Amino acid sequence: MERHMHSRPLFHITKKDEPSFLVRSLTVLVAVILALLVSALFIHFVTKLDPISVYTSMIKGAFGTKRRTWITIRDACLLLLISLSLAPAFRMRFWNCGAEGQVLIGGLSTAALMIYFGDKVPGAVLLMVMLIVSALCGGLWAFLPAVFKAKYDTNETLFTLMMNYVAIQLVEFFVDFWDKKQSHSVGIINMNTSGGWFPKVFGQQYGLNILIVVVVTVFIYIYMHYSKHGYEGAVVGESVATARYAGINVEKVIRNNVLISGAIAGIAGFVEVSGISHTISKVTAGGRGFTAIIVCWLAKFDPFRMSVISLFIVFLSKGASQISSDFGLNEYASNIITAIMLFFILSSGFFNNYKISFSHGRKEGD
Amino acid sequence: MSASQIISWCVAAITFGTVIMYGCIGETINQKAGDLNLGVPGVMQIGGIASLACAFLYENNVSAPNPWVSMILCLLATLVASALAGALYAFLTVTQKVNQNVTGLTLTILGTGIANFFGGNLMKLSGGVGTISVSFTAAMFKAKLPFLFGKFGTFGSIVFSHGWMVYLALLLAFGIQFFLDRTRTGLNLRAVGENPATADAAGINVTRYKYLAAIIGSMICGVGGLFYVMDYIQGTWANDSTIEALGWLAVALVIFTSWRPRNATWGAYLFGLCYWAYIYIPTGISKFLADKLKLQNVTYMQNLYKMLPYLVTIVVLCVVSRKKKRENQAPASLGQSYFREER
Repeated sequence: MERHMHSRPLFHITKKDEPSFLVRSLTVLVAVILALLVSALFIHFVTKLDPISVYTSMIKGAFGTKRRTWITIRDACLLLLISLSLAPAFRMRFWNCGAEGQVLIGGLSTAALMIYFGDKVPGAVLLMVMLIVSALCGGLWAFLPAVFKAKYDTNETLFTLMMNYVAIQLVEFFVDFWDKKQSHSVGIINMNTSGGWFPKVFGQQYGLNILIVVVVTVFIYIYMHYSKHGYEGAVVGESVATARYAGINVEKVIRNNVLISGAIAGIAGFVEVSGISHTISKVTAGGRGFTAIIVCWLAKFDPFRMSVISLFIVFLSKGASQISSDFGLNEYASNIITAIMLFFILSSGFFNNYKISFSHGRKEGD
Repeated sequence: MSASQIISWCVAAITFGTVIMYGCIGETINQKAGDLNLGVPGVMQIGGIASLACAFLYENNVSAPNPWVSMILCLLATLVASALAGALYAFLTVTQKVNQNVTGLTLTILGTGIANFFGGNLMKLSGGVGTISVSFTAAMFKAKLPFLFGKFGTFGSIVFSHGWMVYLALLLAFGIQFFLDRTRTGLNLRAVGENPATADAAGINVTRYKYLAAIIGSMICGVGGLFYVMDYIQGTWANDSTIEALGWLAVALVIFTSWRPRNATWGAYLFGLCYWAYIYIPTGISKFLADKLKLQNVTYMQNLYKMLPYLVTIVVLCVVSRKKKRENQAPASLGQSYFREER
């Protein structure tokens, strides 16, 4: 014990100023390369593919054909949309872990409208109604935890997580309710009439998906940087005490920002159901709500960085899925690869903010 | 409801409760050091799949497998794998000061990936077909208590019809409670969670405590995963993410117990009763509700009943936060990284 107290530690950590953009980018690049190496090692371990074939298969899987490229872009847009939805909440340090449920509820309300009005209401009107209703439903799903957070400081992380499971059960209930064949699935909704489906825009099947994401991206950018509420959210995130002192109505700011957060997640559910899968099930959100949390955090709430990270993560998971299916394995390989990548990038941030000094020479204080 | 139904409900609740009791105890230790680990579902899955893979490889590669050896190897595999997961969490949050929520959630993504990938593919990777089953090893974990099983009527059927890990969880809950309340190390651990700067000034090695809390906490969570695999689903694997839900409920249970493992000994079983209620709610009630909702089939009601544990958790969270009793609060530094230079 005595000896231990006098020996100098092997290294110590000090804070440093944030380095230039170039250095920061290089740090992330190194992290990405290391993560790609580790991922390749993992794939090599289970499939015996050599690393070069791993990467070529991944690129083929994500961008091999025109259709695959579109699917990669489409899925990246969806992940980006959910990541964007989290920004207003996270900037207040409101840990919305319920995007998964908010997406599901948005998707569920969309599916309901497609089923009941798909063939009765003109397409454009129905799409507008679905957009509004899904935003309201998703917003409500986030609003409830926000009210309790604002009033009683109820733990929002767990509240929103629990709301995910309530949403899952609600979806399960309606899937059974709508399913006429007792197959525990609603199948493709309006398969023959395409009622309530996204129309082609600019001649592209996923044109409208992209359009919605672009509009939301711009909205979030303006909201976060130039609106009063967005700014107040940032102050609340820095310090609730400061916000109160400045005369900000903290409760109201929390409620409104989270409402917007949930509403955008709900719209993501609308895009998924009406614009992509045309069905609803408990896996409609597919874990994107959780991946989006990390994307949003890594991007430091910046919409541009979010889009880059989203595209990259979707590329990785498409690539990993392709290799898995080539070898008859399940698609969970993509979860592993995504997590490896996220861990490396999370870890790399340390080297931008802190400096490690190793101790050299003799021990001091003996 | 008949007596046999009540017995089977309670037995199912105890099995369920044991999984989340391990998770809750592990997470409590972690949180007492000031670290909120949202990686519990991931760590439980890593622990569970480690034991399953270990049993599978042992049973298939040894000509005359010994159940005792297999059981001990499984336990070791779980402890090592979940300790590694805990160390990874601690490295990022303690040494690198990455945000705890984000690190925990990434760990959950990793755990979900690893467990479902190997759970679904282990058979194929080793050249076989079908799903894994390690009933040989699982039987060891499910072995009933000698002398007590089958006695004491109804009480005995509920309390003594479980594998030994159910009782280990109870011992652990009281043991950890004693450790936190009555030992010097436990006091130090709580000091680290309340105010790391003060603990540091008092000569407590904050980094070491945080690392050990994350590693030991994760090991206990991992054992919960082992129990899930070996007992709850009887030595197989299912890619249905049930274990993920259980992991989140374990984290919620920490708040429910107000950071006292002692309370988990009944709280966990209560969650279990809620979780399985959907099977035991009398059909009369279901019929009445189904008629009111104009459902074609009474069984559809089960989907709504399954919300019960989550709704109960939400209500508990709200009530606990509204009361705000001083002695029931989270460790003061929970969720914040500690950096000595920022004191």
